[in-house]
Amino acid sequence: MAERDDPISPDPQRGLPVLSRRDVLKGLALAGGVAAGGAILAACGGGSTPSPSAAASPSPGASAPASQAASASPSLGGTLHIGSYHTDPGEPEGQKAVDAAYTQATGVTVAENIVDHSTFQNQISNYLGAQPDTAYTWFSGFRMRFFADKGFTVPIDDLWATVKDNFSEGFQQAVVGNDGKVYGIPVDYYPWAVFYRKSVFADKGYTVPATWDDLKTLCQNMQTDGLTPIAFADQEGWPAMGTFDIINLRLNGYDFHVGLMAGDEKWTDPKVTAVFQKWAEILPYHAKDYAGKKWTDAATTLLNKTSGMFLLGLFMSSVFQATNNPDDINDLDFFPYPTFGTQYDAEAALDAPIDTWQIAAHSPNLDAETDAAKAYLEFWSKGSTQGIFFQHQPGFIPTAKDADTSSYSALQKKAVEVVGNAKRITQFLDRDTRSDFAGPQGMQGFLQTFLANPSQDLTSFQQTIQSFWDQLPPLT
Amino acid sequence: MATVTTPAPPGTPPGGAVAVRARRRRYSVLTGFDKLTLALMVGIPTLLCLGFIWFPTVLSIGLSFTNWQGYTPIAAKNFVGFANYINLFTSYPFFWPAVWHNVLWLLTFVFIATPLGIFFAVLLDREMRGARIYQSALFVPVVLSLALIGFIWQLQYTPDGFINNVLGRTGDDAIDWLGNPSINIFSVLVAASWRHVGYIMVLYLAGLKSVDPTLREAAALDGANARQTFLRVVFPVMRPINIVVIVVTVIESLRAFDIVYIINQGKNGLELLSVLIVNTSIGEAQLLGFGSAIAVVLLVISIVPIVIFLTRTMRAEADVS
Amino acid sequence: MTAVPMTSSATAAVGRSRPRLRWQRAALHAFLIAASALWLLPIAWTFYIAIRPISDTITNGYYSTPNALTLQNFVTAWNQAEMWRSFINTAIITIPAVIITLWVASMLGFVFSRYSFRANLLLLMMFTAGNLLPPQLIIIPLYRMYLALPLPRLLSDAGTWYDTYFGVIFINIVFQTGFCTFVLSNYMKTISRELTEAAIVDGASVWTTYRRVILPLARPALAALAVLEFTFIYNDFFWALILMSTNEKRPITSALNKLTGAFFTNYNVLAAAAFIVAVPTVVLYLILSKQFVRGLTLGSTKG
Repeated sequence: MAERDDPISPDPQRGLPVLSRRDVLKGLALAGGVAAGGAILAACGGGSTPSPSAAASPSPGASAPASQAASASPSLGGTLHIGSYHTDPGEPEGQKAVDAAYTQATGVTVAENIVDHSTFQNQISNYLGAQPDTAYTWFSGFRMRFFADKGFTVPIDDLWATVKDNFSEGFQQAVVGNDGKVYGIPVDYYPWAVFYRKSVFADKGYTVPATWDDLKTLCQNMQTDGLTPIAFADQEGWPAMGTFDIINLRLNGYDFHVGLMAGDEKWTDPKVTAVFQKWAEILPYHAKDYAGKKWTDAATTLLNKTSGMFLLGLFMSSVFQATNNPDDINDLDFFPYPTFGTQYDAEAALDAPIDTWQIAAHSPNLDAETDAAKAYLEFWSKGSTQGIFFQHQPGFIPTAKDADTSSYSALQKKAVEVVGNAKRITQFLDRDTRSDFAGPQGMQGFLQTFLANPSQDLTSFQQTIQSFWDQLPPLT
Repeated sequence: MATVTTPAPPGTPPGGAVAVRARRRRYSVLTGFDKLTLALMVGIPTLLCLGFIWFPTVLSIGLSFTNWQGYTPIAAKNFVGFANYINLFTSYPFFWPAVWHNVLWLLTFVFIATPLGIFFAVLLDREMRGARIYQSALFVPVVLSLALIGFIWQLQYTPDGFINNVLGRTGDDAIDWLGNPSINIFSVLVAASWRHVGYIMVLYLAGLKSVDPTLREAAALDGANARQTFLRVVFPVMRPINIVVIVVTVIESLRAFDIVYIINQGKNGLELLSVLIVNTSIGEAQLLGFGSAIAVVLLVISIVPIVIFLTRTMRAEADVS
Repeated sequence: MTAVPMTSSATAAVGRSRPRLRWQRAALHAFLIAASALWLLPIAWTFYIAIRPISDTITNGYYSTPNALTLQNFVTAWNQAEMWRSFINTAIITIPAVIITLWVASMLGFVFSRYSFRANLLLLMMFTAGNLLPPQLIIIPLYRMYLALPLPRLLSDAGTWYDTYFGVIFINIVFQTGFCTFVLSNYMKTISRELTEAAIVDGASVWTTYRRVILPLARPALAALAVLEFTFIYNDFFWALILMSTNEKRPITSALNKLTGAFFTNYNVLAAAAFIVAVPTVVLYLILSKQFVRGLTLGSTKG
């Protein structure tokens, strides 16, 4: 979920949404039928087959022609088509390593289709609706449930029964659909927490704040000392959602938050007002120039010791890693968001977006590959497998309980601990709610208007959000 | 079609029953192959234009009455009548700001950028050394894409960038040119005008150079000064150019997209109708019906200057040909 | 970029010959020099940032005199941001698009200017209006069409028009044809009818007339339009942004969108990249400014 800099470009289309092709044909027939029309009519019969890619180099992007090795003997054999959005540095290699191990264990050849993250995300509905790969990566939470409800995902309860003990309660909750069935295997996550530099805290004698009031006091102290207490950048629109989420979770609890995301609770609820009011209390301590900056700029202020704290996901450590300076890299630490003194503190809830592997119901190869796909998902549920991937991408922490944590850095171990202690995990606002609600001229924009003027009339502001939700098309 | 006029054969009394012979007789010099060539030459591009520009336009209009999101084939239940438009005009909080920004863009171009371009054109419409250099300097931004212009100006507008330093506003005092929703549209307008001025200047300059010099000499003989000459004599004669300039100004302001998109994807004070269309429909949100409604609004607004331009131009064409 | 064709206006240009007082001239020059300098300032400043090493600007800020100058940023931008790949994409898209657009437009212009038939004006209007529409207007159905229309595997990885060079070239052609047709149609009207009629008398077919008579005579207009169209399509940001998803396939202007992702805090490299992107069109303009201006203003006089 790190870089959201290109949310509009959809990914290589690998199938034809049936009816729109017919609409197109009608139109061209009207226009008089040209060579193009003729070609379309000729091609009308078969859909285009999915183009699997054995990505030889870690270049993200469209699929390349497949090179299928002959499958070896044992239990399953055949081919499995998979689709993945893991294209950040290291991830394609990790994917290959896992697939190689899987092939060795089961004899099934894996045909990979790796597409860059935002592309995959933007194109997901076209992808799942027409000729997806049999197994694919996707979010958990609302977005998972959304497609499960539409029948795009295959429930895997039988498989889940055998592997679920390998996951903590938080992860288990994350993969259950609206109908109670399980639709995916959680494989990695990264927590959202407040990051800081140990050396800065040590220098100025700060202590990690445990409660909200502690946090405010700390902010005041930081301000007096000339630091920007809370680094912040919201040009991309989504970083602000992290703050909203965590305050809502602390004040109103997981159930209310999830309900609000799903539309069961109203945005006009006074509980939501309370969230904005609380947020307004610490806004004065946020960076002033947040509106024109990206998260990487804000992370850099943390690196430069010009700001004290930064609420973001674990992926922000990449900015520190990029310095190649152990003094910086090892200086990074985080603490979970402070408690508010409500009953919900016990939930220790936090945003920890979880990636999952799922099985596509509309895969053209579903019949042939179901067993292989389930074996693949089961393979991913093992700590050893997740560990293979993790070696190549240390920003994503394995979910399995039996994952080998001995090679983790201190930061990663802490992440495991914090998330392990969480009774409730949320996926981050734009994964927990409708995509058409969360976008640039949706929640992103709404939060930006709030931040620009926190003392505005919250009633009408909340009503605007609710009206926007109400006029969205029904989720059939 | 070539027409050939055959003169009446000699000895034929004009008019009368034999007048039929004096009638222009058209015969075709086009062979079948020729006709095919012509049909293809015109037909294929026409079909493609219809299919890829006008057909989608019509589809946009149709889609705007639905709430289709593309997950499943479009069905009757997706038809929602005018609901999208009602939502757009009454409850969608980003629509009217986007309209306002488009209007602001138009006003800035019409009252500031275009007059400035005309002003420079008038200044440069004389024999002087270095006219070409000045012209080039002012025109260079025109050959840059608006996306690149946004990119370049972003570097100027950063809180610790050139502009803030020149104004002496740095550090805590820094003006957030692109982040502050009250002023960022104006920051962008400066960048857009930077380009527009050169564009108008060149158009107008060419027009000025093609004005009949005898008109100016006559005015000079009548004792008119420069201002009077321009306003009373030159400007009215430049009517066709003036129309083009107005149309270009309006259309450029409606098409604004690149510069805003590359800065911050059109949020937080930089909303524009074109950006709203893209953000609501392409990508995750997939509010295809709603986005189409915005597109139709943009169509209705754009059609007006296009029709004006076309009717004037085509009338001129028809007169000439 | 909108380029709106203008109707033909008549005469040759002649400079004015009124005498001016010296100081007025000097003031004028001073003003124009100041204006020009102001206008070039953003580009100059971008270049200035680009030639400074980041170590220098981090310590001293951007608004400072340089301790060192370097060309390394350009090299970094070129290699690490893989700009060379984007430029290849630009070439793949722009060159065919310009050639085919001019070819199609010249044919249409030929027909519209030589042959009058009832639909003549209507079609011309249809083409011109198509070019004036904001592209965002049609993008929703067009995007869905591109996802649905099939394309042979040779041209498309996924079998549809989406995310292909072909698709982007195609829409550029369709969108630019209107303007070029109008320009060429006007231009060709000024080519004497006697020439074509002589050709017909000699027994030339329509095609031969077009190819052997009109096309060579239209060369000045074609040259001007080629320069102009190259710039328009090079500068296009929207089509490749939406109709392509693989950033490695995008031409340079559309690829700008992702550039900040790679070098988030390194403004120096970003400035170098911006400068590199600006170079082709600026150089083209400086070399061929006459063509450029002519194409834009649709000079009705030849030469």
